[in-house]
Amino acid sequence: MTNTNKTNVQSGTDKQLREAIASTDRPAKPNPLSSSLTFASRALLRIKHVPEQLFDVTVFPVIFLLMFTYLFGGAIAGSTSEYLQFLLPGILVMTVSQITMYTGVDLNNDITKGVFDRFRTLPIWLPSALVGALLVDTVRYTMAATIMMVLGLILGFRPEGGLAGVLGALILLLIFSFSLSWVWTTLGLIMRSEKSLMMASMMVIFPLTFVSNVFVDPETLPSWLQGFVDINPISLLVTGVRGSMHGAVTWEQVGWILLASAIITAIFAPLTMYMYRNKK
Amino acid sequence: MNDNASKQSTSNLAVEAKGLVKLFGEHRAVDGVDLSIQKGTVYGFLGPNGAGKTTTIRMLSTLLPIDGGTATIFGHDLATEKKAVRSRISVTGQNASLDEDLTGIENLVMMARLMGYSRKQAKARAKELLSAFGLEEAKKRQLKKYSGGMRRRIDIAASIVVTPDLLFLDEPTTGLDPRSRSQVWNIVRTLVSEGTTVLLTTQYLDEADQLADRIGVIHQGRIIAEGTSAELKASVGSGTLHVRLVESNNRQRAIELLETKLKASVQRASDPAGFSTQLTDPGLAAETLGELAQANISVSDFSFGQPSLDEVFLTITGQPVEEETR
Repeated sequence: MTNTNKTNVQSGTDKQLREAIASTDRPAKPNPLSSSLTFASRALLRIKHVPEQLFDVTVFPVIFLLMFTYLFGGAIAGSTSEYLQFLLPGILVMTVSQITMYTGVDLNNDITKGVFDRFRTLPIWLPSALVGALLVDTVRYTMAATIMMVLGLILGFRPEGGLAGVLGALILLLIFSFSLSWVWTTLGLIMRSEKSLMMASMMVIFPLTFVSNVFVDPETLPSWLQGFVDINPISLLVTGVRGSMHGAVTWEQVGWILLASAIITAIFAPLTMYMYRNKK
Repeated sequence: MNDNASKQSTSNLAVEAKGLVKLFGEHRAVDGVDLSIQKGTVYGFLGPNGAGKTTTIRMLSTLLPIDGGTATIFGHDLATEKKAVRSRISVTGQNASLDEDLTGIENLVMMARLMGYSRKQAKARAKELLSAFGLEEAKKRQLKKYSGGMRRRIDIAASIVVTPDLLFLDEPTTGLDPRSRSQVWNIVRTLVSEGTTVLLTTQYLDEADQLADRIGVIHQGRIIAEGTSAELKASVGSGTLHVRLVESNNRQRAIELLETKLKASVQRASDPAGFSTQLTDPGLAAETLGELAQANISVSDFSFGQPSLDEVFLTITGQPVEEETR
């Protein structure tokens, strides 16, 4: 073992190899912020190499907005431009909440491919792998929201709350989306394949976004359905976003959104981390 | 005096495990594995797919909770001191363990950043490793476009960004061509000469023979034989003689002849004209062929070589390798 001549150093590569292996400096462990940012830059690099993954935040919003405005506008509100004032905040919430699903998909892919195992054996603050990814996801959500707002303005959306109202609405939306992402990371750790994960996620997100006040005023619904719509966190968010954009938001509405976000995060973030640590 | 000696030997151990158990439902994937690995040595787990090699490695590298038994890595308890264990080890799994969409250099910079290097140091370390591992030209290519051998090398490079005290290598050369294989062997040898302890799994006896100081043959979750490669081979026989006869209807006569005259145990091959026998001494090969010639049994071809994993298993367990399904 001790005999260094045993492995004969024949070529430059062998010498390089030995030097690379022998370099013994062991840096101090990265702090949680630095490791989270490293994972965030990984997510950014992935976008750079696989730009197709931006379809969901660019093409989706455009299709959704055009489709629902012209499909339902005439029937529900009598005219598309009038319906747009009501619909845009709702459809924005719906689109961004649906995009949050992909956070779970990315994690699930990491698990099936094996890179997850490597991260788990590193002496780092473990949540940073997820926190980093979620940070970049908020950039993606902002992108989707911006595209939708611009298109909305072109189509004739006129927010009465002005720029401040729109920005306030976006902040509410991002806070809620961040908390909702933890639901998908939990599911991403439970589900065995990307397919089953997508199925499960759809089963949660579709009823949640459609059975809400996104498309219609809940007063037109049967009372038993109204009950669900009223407590649906998506409805709470839509009410707040719509109110903020049109300059009629109340602190109570904002409070409900923050409370719902806090509850979702408090349940699903620790659950995700528990499963992340103990994944078989 | 005696006490002192035993203390000494404990502190020399990189891995010490007693009665490791892992259950998957009813199935005992690992069923009472004892292990002690000296610092600075290579330990090879030899066994077929599903024998429990990977599961054992996953337990020892903190990836799977232990269902029974105890283990320490450099004296740190695996169940209670995971963080301390993680700071000493590194794992190269069987699957892709890097981001396939990122380039070689991006992956290594990421790993170096996660080990605590500054941005600038991380870049320098990544470059150093890439050229040492012969991947300089491929550094700007996405990993999914790497060949099998390149993938293996960058996986190992990522594991030694900070040279670990203990490196787990799960089937490091499965599916590699001979050249890539010897490159990986060279890396392992260099690592060990610089003081890293290596625990590797393999399906090939010659790989264990080439690299490992001690070998554990694992079968159905148990270590069924353990020792240096010389000890193991002595128990199996130093080599196997494969014989193919010209006429298959002579086989029965040939086998009986060898069993009575040479007291050899002979296995029938699937080829109706073929059989093989384990020999304790290579010199006996000539004698065997001589006996056949004297009995007028003509041989079409023969070869003498190291026993395959299949033959090791056959000798130790009395049954051929069966692939178990999890």
